[in-house]
Order: sequence, then C-alpha cells, then structure tokens
Amino acid sequence: MAKSNKPIVWGTFAAGGTLTAFMTPVLIILTLLAATGHVPDMLGYEKLHGFAAGWFGKLSIFIVIFLSLWGSAHRLRITFFDFGVRADTLVATAVYTVAGLGSIAAAVYLSRF
Amino acid sequence: MTENRMGARQVELEVLRYNPETDQEPRYQRYSVPCKNEWCVLDALNYLKDNIDPTLAYRWSCHMQVCGSCGMMLNGEPKLACKAFVRDYPGVIRIEPLTHFPIERDLVTVADDFMAKLKRVKPYLIPAEKRSIEEGEYRQTPAQLTRYRKYAMCINCMLCYAACPEYGLTKSKFIGPAAITLAHRYNQDSRDGGRDERQEEIATNEGVWECSFVGACSDVCPKHVDPASALQQVKIASTVDWYLEHFMSWVKK
Amino acid sequence: MGEKMSRRPYAQECPRATWYFKRPRYMRYMAREVTCIFIGAYTLMLLVGLLRLSQGQAQYEDFLMALRQPASVAFHIVALAFSLYHTFTWFNVAPKALPIQVGEEIWPDSVVASAHYVVWAVLSLVILFWAGVI
Repeated sequence: MAKSNKPIVWGTFAAGGTLTAFMTPVLIILTLLAATGHVPDMLGYEKLHGFAAGWFGKLSIFIVIFLSLWGSAHRLRITFFDFGVRADTLVATAVYTVAGLGSIAAAVYLSRF
Repeated sequence: MTENRMGARQVELEVLRYNPETDQEPRYQRYSVPCKNEWCVLDALNYLKDNIDPTLAYRWSCHMQVCGSCGMMLNGEPKLACKAFVRDYPGVIRIEPLTHFPIERDLVTVADDFMAKLKRVKPYLIPAEKRSIEEGEYRQTPAQLTRYRKYAMCINCMLCYAACPEYGLTKSKFIGPAAITLAHRYNQDSRDGGRDERQEEIATNEGVWECSFVGACSDVCPKHVDPASALQQVKIASTVDWYLEHFMSWVKK
Repeated sequence: MGEKMSRRPYAQECPRATWYFKRPRYMRYMAREVTCIFIGAYTLMLLVGLLRLSQGQAQYEDFLMALRQPASVAFHIVALAFSLYHTFTWFNVAPKALPIQVGEEIWPDSVVASAHYVVWAVLSLVILFWAGVI
C-alpha cells in the first residue's frame, strides 16, 4: 500500500486550524464593531491601506487568508464525508479549488497596493 | 435469602440474539435477572446463562478488566461488561455486540479484521541496533519508558473500534485506533528502529489519514491508553516525514 | 461427530448520514466540524474586503456600509459563536497532539491547554490595541 500524500493538505489544515483558533475570534470582533457602526481606527481606509501597502501587512494578510482558507477547505472535505457524501474526490477537488483560487486572488489583490 | 438485604433488585436485560443457523436477522430478547447490588453486567449475564437461558453466547474471561474479552454495547455505549456496574443502570439495560463488527452469534463478534490489522503494523521490536546475548540486555531509562508506556497498556478489547465512526463509515477499511497506537508504541520505544517499516502500513490513506480526531476512542478506552493522542502524534510525525522525503532528501532523517 | 455448524456472520450496517445522532459525543464532534463553514465564509468575506480596499476609498467604504446590514450583523454573531467553539475545541485537544515530556513526567493536559488560552488572550488584546479599539 502506498504512503499517502495527505500530509500536504493536512499540514496546511493543522496550521490553518491553529491560526484560526488564535486569530479568527478577534478578527470577527473587529469587523463586528464595524458592522455596528463603530469602525475601529485601523479599519479606516487610510490606515488599513497603509498597513496593506507594507511588506509586513502584505505577508500577514496573505498568511491569514491562505491558512484560513486551506484549513477550512480540508475540514469541509472531511465534513462532507462524515455527512455521508461518498464522492470524496469530487468534494476534495471542489474545496481545494476554492481555497486555491482564493489564495491566488489574495495575492493578486495584495500586489495592487 | 440474604440477597434482599444486600440491595438486590430485579434487572431487566434486553439482549440482542442472533443464531446464524436459524435467524435471518438479529432480534431482541427480554430477561429479568435478580442482581446483587455489587454486581457488574457480566455477573448478570453469567447468572442469566447459568439459570435462565443457557443458549446465550458471549465472550468473557478474567472478570477484572485485563483480558479485553467482554466488550459489548451497553445502552449504546461500548463497555467492558465486567467494568459496568448494574447499579449504574437504573432502567432496562440494552445489551448488544460491539458495533462495526460482524455478528457471529448473539453477543460474539467476528474479530478477524481487528486481529489482521494488529499483525499488519508489525507489533514487535525491530531493534535499531541488534545486540548479541553476550552484549547483555537492551537498557532503557524511566524517561525513555515514559515516552511509550501509556500506549503499551492496550488490552485489545476493541471498544475503540466500536466507538470510532470512521471505522464504520469506511466499512472497516480504516486500520483503526488500537492498531495505529500499537505501532506508535513501538515507534516511541528507544530500543526500536522499525518505524520506516511501520510507516508503510500506517502512513497510508487507510492508515492514520482516515482519522478525523473524533476522539471517541480515547473516551471509551477502559485502560486510559488515549489512542487519539497517539494517532495525532503519528499524523504530525508522518507530515514531517513527508516534507523531509519530498523536499529535503539530502537531510538525514 | 455431529453435523458441521454453518457460520453466517451478520454484517452490522453503519447509517451513513445519521450516525452522529446516536450519541451526544458525536453531535459535539459534528458541531466542531461545521465551524469550518462559518470560518471559511468569514474568510471569503475578508477576501472581498481586501478586494474593495485595493480598488479605492469609495469602494472600500461601500464595503464597510454593506457590513452594517442586519444580515451581516447576524452572520457575524453566528460566525463568532462557531469560531469560539472551534477555538475551545482546538485548544482543549492540542495537548494530546503535543505531549511535552520533561524528565519522566509528561505535562498535564490542563497546563498545555491553559498556555494556549493565555497566549490567545494576550494576542487578542494586542490586536485590539493595534486596531485602536482599546
């Protein structure tokens, strides 16, 4: 039996799950504040644009989006399987494609700053 | 009779019966068993077999949670019948064979798949450095023992396989918690050097990668082996291996 | 010798789509798994925000206004709940994956998990400070 290639996606899932566990709640709070009309300082156009223009901003934004997407995608694949959907290859292709396109999009948008 | 003074009560058992020679499907049979307060479910079953219905088939041996024979479903939970006390079940006790295994007869399951999986992971020391008799024994410090001791406590009771949904969902293809934990036990043993050989079995899609860390295996383990932790450690080690193999083959593993 | 006994093992079926209703333990697992839907959706929302930020001030401020719709607020609250459940379940099992052995003792799970919570609290406060919220 051949050794699996699952480590590729599991590695990003483990990193993504860890990152989202630490980061996502506070990020949601930031945008929730914006959603209730109290936009945090850093989320104002000038400041956020300035942040995203710098190398640290680009790197951190990309890492957060990349790992969050890939971590969620892999877990969603497993979730489909647990709900009884047998077409694992189809599901995997679909979720990883979304994660991949999202990652590319993030990189493209960041390059415009 | 002194039984009443010791807090005896009449316990209703709803037991799954299946006779392969006469039944098309399993069915339930209800028994009423007078139980002493200190009895475990195995005591109730033994009373049942000795006094009420000798045709009931089930496995048991040590009656002290070390042999792993009497695993069965009690009210839907995988348990050792000798570890579950009758006094903890106030109502009817539903007794069924362990899920995910084919039923041989009554409460006896077909354990062949489990046995085969244990063998596949090479559960024996493959010494890193062979020592001759003259060189003396392999030595190990208490700290080295701690690395794998928990995982060596498995009594092969199969409760974790009954609890693991992935074992059921993959129709028994998943190698399963106990087998992978057993491999990890040897991988962690300082005297062993056979990890690469075991990886061929457990680093596969039917090996550790079927595990989605439900954790039910560790919940039901009667010996606190914590197979879930072993499996996650195998995943991490296998992921590191994969990257080393594919990108840094010049680095010695 | 009597007649040969015939074996006919009965295969127990596992109900593919409803197995998790059988035990609360399984329901909690599925709840943990579906957190990824909300975290994933939220991340896609962040991606849209990033796009709008790159397009210019007017487009970004339209995005901020769109966030104020009731549906968005509701989504945030639901996503926050699921995200927190993911955080708790992840931190509580992290010690199983990362046993820390010092000498002959392995650190108790509660110590490793607590360390995760402390780091999380500190990190969150730092980010809230950086964002100008506190």
